[in-house]
Amino acid sequence: MGQTFSEKILGKRAGQKVKAGDIVVVSPDRILSHDNTAAIINEFRKLGISQVRDPEKLVIVLDHVVPASSEKYAQNHKIIREFVREQRVRNFFDINHGICHQVLSEHGLAAPGTIVIGADSHTTTYGAFGAFSVGVGRSEVASVWATDELWLRVPETIKINLEGQLPPWVYAKDIILKIIGDQGADKANYQAVEFSGPGAKALSLASRMVLCNMAAEMGAKNAYFHPDKKVFDFFQELGISDYEVVTSDEDAQYSEVINLNLDKLEPQVACPHTVDNVRPVSEVEGLPFHQALIGTCTNGRLEDLEVAAQILRGKKVHPQVRVLIIPASQKELLKALEKGLIKIFNESGCVVINPGCGPCLGAHQGVLAPGEVALSTANRNFRGRMGSRDSFIYLASPATVAASAIEGRIKDPRKCLL
Amino acid sequence: MKGKVWKYGDNVNTDVIFPGKYTYSPLTPEEMAQHALEDIDPEFARQVRPGDIIVAGRNFGCGSSREQAAICLKAAGVQAIIARSFARIFFRNAINQGLPVFVQEEVVAGLNQGDEVDLELEKGELVAGGKRWLLPPLPLMVLKIIKAGGLIPYTRQKLADSREDEKKRT
Repeated sequence: MGQTFSEKILGKRAGQKVKAGDIVVVSPDRILSHDNTAAIINEFRKLGISQVRDPEKLVIVLDHVVPASSEKYAQNHKIIREFVREQRVRNFFDINHGICHQVLSEHGLAAPGTIVIGADSHTTTYGAFGAFSVGVGRSEVASVWATDELWLRVPETIKINLEGQLPPWVYAKDIILKIIGDQGADKANYQAVEFSGPGAKALSLASRMVLCNMAAEMGAKNAYFHPDKKVFDFFQELGISDYEVVTSDEDAQYSEVINLNLDKLEPQVACPHTVDNVRPVSEVEGLPFHQALIGTCTNGRLEDLEVAAQILRGKKVHPQVRVLIIPASQKELLKALEKGLIKIFNESGCVVINPGCGPCLGAHQGVLAPGEVALSTANRNFRGRMGSRDSFIYLASPATVAASAIEGRIKDPRKCLL
Repeated sequence: MKGKVWKYGDNVNTDVIFPGKYTYSPLTPEEMAQHALEDIDPEFARQVRPGDIIVAGRNFGCGSSREQAAICLKAAGVQAIIARSFARIFFRNAINQGLPVFVQEEVVAGLNQGDEVDLELEKGELVAGGKRWLLPPLPLMVLKIIKAGGLIPYTRQKLADSREDEKKRT
């Protein structure tokens, strides 16, 4: 009987043959945390030891509120920087890098066949590279810092077969919104998701990251794409070759197989206040909004910025809409700058903000007032997430957000004939 | 222990349990409790009493990995959460905070907002309105963590024990 990716990698690392449902204890390769590191340090100090077991495994990225917007956030960052020095954490990325999931990825810290745990729910992102990556809480990270061990239940796996080809102006974001809308926010609870089929193979790494990132929004423990030449080339360019690819077997047992044909997929929009409240853009077209956000760990990479710039070039954003552009990292910002995209955003009336999480979690840089509506490329639209509990968040692809930003109302990007 | 039922629907997410705007403020558990469920039920934090239980639908605690979602409910005095299902990170976080969580469909169907209940955690038994339900037993690993008062005290003890063993050997 064949094994899924998750069964195989957890079995390999636990040193035993496992099947879905088994509990294993593994030692992760990377342990990610961000601004919440200060709270984790606080828990770690209660454990009665002074040294992190293996500081080489820690990856700490300041991204949630950068630069610090208040004294208490500043204090938080200060505590983290002191800890990083004290414990000699090499993989520390201060406020001048970007969002943790992008930064960890672009430094090649989530190679195929590795195990990454992170104190962030969107740690699922690294499945795009064939890593087993899973989100946990703060106590758990503090405990793993000390013991270098984590217990995990081997998940069942849902296979999602992507057939056909994406039509123009339809993107990875539309694929995952469609899947979540059809299947529900708890469809993959406690389970892994493997994306496969020709539609999956055709996606860029950045697009695969969108799917894996948002797999968290259907409850998935982890997500996975079969690593291919795109992945190998990416790591080769970084000079990283010491990894062992782990793949699922042809005859692996899946709890369910879902097929989606991309040929006729429309742009999708998730409506307030749940990510699975998804409609085709045609059903929400014309809805006015106040703020647009293009960025976040879901859609702040070069390919996202390129599509947005292509639509915004030579146009002005609607005078009643505030448009925020937040590249996912300094590296992505630099690429966008070199390609002239930042100039386009600037001239069209967008506000370009430094890489980071921005207002996605309602902490700073464009929070919403009561009654306001946002159209965002982020991954969550929960009530109150971007500010007031009486505000409303719609989620869509960078193309849909950019097209709508010009119109001042939600617009089908396929109508942007260039 | 006796308490009252707070009942909610499906997909109660971590942003409504503990809003993101407070997540990176250094708050004590008691301060966190004052914001518990603020964006879905502003009455909760004002009226919850120690021993109360939360009864909810599917996917309770979906969304962010923020552990404050579990901490604030525990600090508010919530004795246990019984739901049709839990989001996995919340499930782990609750256990890691020593807050028992159970998946039991019949309890969810049978209890209403404000019902008086008597929950005996040790026996895994819940009594309300003359009815008695059994809660599914928790796995051994989980029980150990809850009994220790959460993952941090559990790990602390484990580390201390292994240092002790080391000493004995040398």
